[in-house]
This record gives sequence, structure tokens and C-alpha cells, in this order.
Amino acid sequence: MAVNVKDMMKKNKSNRLLLRFSEKAAPTIFLLCAIISVLTTIGITLTLLMETITFFNRVSFIDFITGTKWWPFGENPSFGILPLISGTLSITVIAMAVAIPIGLASAVYLSEFASPHIRKIVKPILEILAGIPTIVYGFFALTFVTPMLQNVIPSLPVFNALSPGIVVGVMIIPMIASLSEDAMSSVPNDMREGALAMGSTRLEVALKVVVPAALSGIIASFVLGISRAIGETMIVAVAAGATPKLSLDVTESIQTMTGYIVQVTLGDASYGSTTYYSIYAVGMTLFVFTLLMNLLSQYISRRFKEEY
Amino acid sequence: MNLVDKQVIQNKMSKRLVKNQFMNKLFFSATAFGIVVLIVLLYRVLSEGIGHLDWGFLTNFASRFPEEAGIKAAIVGSLWLMAVTAPVSLLLGIGTAIYLEEYASRNKFTRFIQMNISNLAGVPSIVFGLLGLTVFVRLLEMGRSIMAGGLTMSLLILPIIVVSSQEAIRAIPKNQYEASFAMGATKWQTVRRVVLPAAIPGILTGGILALSRAIGETAPLLMIGALSFIAYLPENVWSGFTVLPIQIFNWTGRPQEEFHLVASTGIIVLLVILLFMNSIAVIIRNKFSKRF
Repeated sequence: MAVNVKDMMKKNKSNRLLLRFSEKAAPTIFLLCAIISVLTTIGITLTLLMETITFFNRVSFIDFITGTKWWPFGENPSFGILPLISGTLSITVIAMAVAIPIGLASAVYLSEFASPHIRKIVKPILEILAGIPTIVYGFFALTFVTPMLQNVIPSLPVFNALSPGIVVGVMIIPMIASLSEDAMSSVPNDMREGALAMGSTRLEVALKVVVPAALSGIIASFVLGISRAIGETMIVAVAAGATPKLSLDVTESIQTMTGYIVQVTLGDASYGSTTYYSIYAVGMTLFVFTLLMNLLSQYISRRFKEEY
Repeated sequence: MNLVDKQVIQNKMSKRLVKNQFMNKLFFSATAFGIVVLIVLLYRVLSEGIGHLDWGFLTNFASRFPEEAGIKAAIVGSLWLMAVTAPVSLLLGIGTAIYLEEYASRNKFTRFIQMNISNLAGVPSIVFGLLGLTVFVRLLEMGRSIMAGGLTMSLLILPIIVVSSQEAIRAIPKNQYEASFAMGATKWQTVRRVVLPAAIPGILTGGILALSRAIGETAPLLMIGALSFIAYLPENVWSGFTVLPIQIFNWTGRPQEEFHLVASTGIIVLLVILLFMNSIAVIIRNKFSKRF
């Protein structure tokens, strides 16, 4: 078949305009996509700020951050966020008490003890655990963990801080395990071999060489875990109850910041009421807390990173 | 002459070896704990919910009576939500990743975008719900519609898609680019004909995993005001809707024991859908990903 080169060149020329246009347009279009993510952040900050300012026009800021009574409904509402913070804190502390030891131990096992064969089986299972929706965990907390705990502590009410706290911890285990394992795996093998050659047992290598060397990554994973626990919503909304209380008794029904936001959206706080604006103030507090945690985690992993 | 007293060494060593063995077992049990929890969770859900799982459950609307309660509206609602979320989040996510990897110069602005994305990934989902409620539902007057919910979800999973797409693009070796440029291709031609085809398996894998996160997400949609009792199918993206997790949340919240069983059945359906999506992701990863 004869190919007419002249025709091809002509065609090419007519295409060139389109080509030049798409060549110019492509980066701009992609830049616009990238800017959407920045706009999202600006949007979050602005909406939270605007509505929070409206809220603080009605409720004094000092009362909000120092008040010990959170009673947003009915007459004489009182907006002191400390009970919600204490609720969030109890959940977070219980969760981390579960997630840090188990997550770190799993990471050490997977990185230092497990054979490649076992690792190949266990890691996907942990991934499945990480992919289970939080509402399923919430259901599990309410219908399995709470009754089980009631066998041990008969006086435990249906809604309490202990059960969702434990389940939030279980939810975070895979995250801490996999992030810490990544940190440990990146410790070079020479260091392990050096220690082994000196007669260390595997345990001593793990605890005295690998963990210290990977510490920045491990701590960063803990901090990220805390941030997740603070922001966790559905588990606490289902199983922790709705009684904001300034107490550290984990067997009582409590309310977290996230739990309160859910409660208000489910109820019928009319648009424009102080209760309606209070969810933004609480959301702002939540946002600030988690943002600080995330920044701290990034700072730790960057600042204290050991390079080999 | 005996330079090394074997007895002393053995005494010293045995303690350390026992400790090593013991901690090995302990670490193993910690790892096994996660697996046991998963098994118990799945067993509980299956044993409670399987009895209710039949064709009627999939084709009935929600009901006041547990035996008649079905999940049709929720399944259709979740599909509608995906129909909005998938194209929006994939287009924006891939676009952002291409910009950051191919076009962006290494300056402060690029670093800012990158940091912004990694911080967005850590924002609690309920805060995205507040954003959706304020901007999409109220400010843009979309109402409590599929559109508002879908856009909120898109923003929520956007960071995940961007990061996984970036990784997929970064995995393409430089010589592929050089070959393309050497043939006279322009930047955009290279991106379109070399980079994207090579990166698409990785991008899709990450995208599907992100979408499966969106299917299981409850909190932001509760904020948007997805209803839990809906006895009709949505007609277009401006209709009210419900999704699987919200329906499960609603059943879980009821005091009657029977509804908890129905919730289990709903969870089975949700988990089966997630399993299906994840297997597709794994298949794509194993079958189509190229090694250079």
C-alpha cells in the first residue's frame, strides 16, 4: 500500500493547532484539580470558623473552654466543652492502651520473628481488619463486647466508655502495626547482623537495636493512632451513649465530641439555633486537636528520623 | 587447657534464650489477637444474620417490622452515591496526581499542596460531613441529595486517590519517558500515551480501595442528612437517599433485639460488597500491573 507522505504531513499540520492547544491546556487543567484539594482545606477552615464565630457571639469563649457542664438542650443551656473532651480523652486512652502494646508487638513479630510465609498470610488479614467499616465495629461493640464485659463487671450499663474504647483500639491495631512495621523494615539489615554476630538473641536485636533505630516512625504511628481515636465517630455514637460527663469513670455512659455532633444532626436542632451552631464549635475543637496530632506526627517522623 | 567454661556460658545463655522464646510466643499471640477478633466478628455477624438473608431482604424496603425489613433502598442508594463519587473523585484525584508528579515545579507552592493533601487525609470524616452540610447542602442549596452526599464523599477520599495515583506514576521508570521524548513526543503526549496506560492498574487499585472506604463510611452522610427510612428509589441525583451503613446504624440503634439480627444481615451484605470490590482490586493489581 502506498502511503502518501505529503498527505500525512498535511494532516499533521492541521493537527498541530489542536496539539499545541492541548499541550498548553493540560497543565492548567491538572493544576485546577490540584487546587480543589487546597480549596477543600480552605472550605473546611472557613465553614468551621464562620459558624464558630456565630456561636461565640452567643456563648462566651471562656465559658466554652472552661465550663464543666455540657447541657445544650432545653432551657438554660450550658456550653462547657470539658465534659466532651473528657469523654473523648477516656475513649482515646482506653483505645491506645489496647492498640499500642498489641500493635507494636505485632509489628515486632512481623518484622523480626515471623517467617516470610507467615507474614504473607498475616499481613492481608490485618489489611482486611483495617478495611472493615467503623459502623460494623460499632455494632460489634454494642452487641458483643459490651455483653461480654457485663459478664465480668455485672454493674456495667449498656452504654459505657470501656467497650467502645476497646473496640476503637482494635480498629487502630492494624494501622499502628503496619506503620511501625514499615519503620522497622527500613532499618538496614547490617545492623541486625552486627548485633546477631555479637551473640544477641533475636529478642535483644529487636528491642535494643531495631526498635530504637525505628523509634521516630513508631512514635509517629502512635500519634497518628491517637488522632484516629479522637476523630472516630460511629463506634462511640453507637456504643458510648449520650451523657456528657466530666468524669474518668470508664464504666459510665459518656459522650465524645464526635458523638455529640452525631446526636445533634440526628435530632431536630433547628437551623440557626445556638445548639445548631454548637456542633461547629465542637467540630472546630475536634479539627484543631486532630490537626495538631497529625502535624506532630509528621514533625516527629521528619525531625527524629535516623538516616543509615 | 579449657579456655571457655561451657557450663558458665550455658547458664548465662539459657536464661536469654528462654526469654527470647517466651517473648516470641508473646509477640505471636499479640499478632494472633487481631486475627482472632476478625474471626469472632465475622462468626458473630454470620451466625446472627445469615438466617434473615434471603431474596426478600434484598428486594424489600425498610419496615417497622423486623421480619419484613429489607435493604433495597440502601443498596440502590449506595450505588447512586458511587455513581457520583467515583467519576468526580477519580478525575480530580488522577488530575492532581499528574500535576504533582509531571508538571509541578519543586517550589513552595507544590510542597504546600502536598502537605495539604497529607493533612486532609488525617481530618476526621465527620468534619468533612460538616463541610458538606454547610457548603453543599446549605450554601449551594443542593439539599439532602445524592449529589451533596456524593461530592462530600469525593472530597473525603480524594487524598487517598491522589497519594496512590502518585505512587503508581512514580513507579514508572525514567527510560519510558526518555524513549517517548526521543521519538519526538511532547509532554502531554507522553503523559497520555505512556504514563497513564502504564500507571492505570495501580491507579485503579488505589481508586477501588478508596471507593470501598466510601461505601462503608457513615458519619459524613449522617451529617448530610441521608435519611434512614426511605420507601422509594431515588430518581435522579437530586433525590433524597439512604445508604447501607446508615441503614445498619439505624437498625443497630433500635432497642428491639430482632432489629440487631437484621443489622447483622445488613452487615453481611455490606461486607460481601466490600469483599467483591477488594478482590477486583487485587485481580487488577496481580493481572495488569507491569513490572519494568
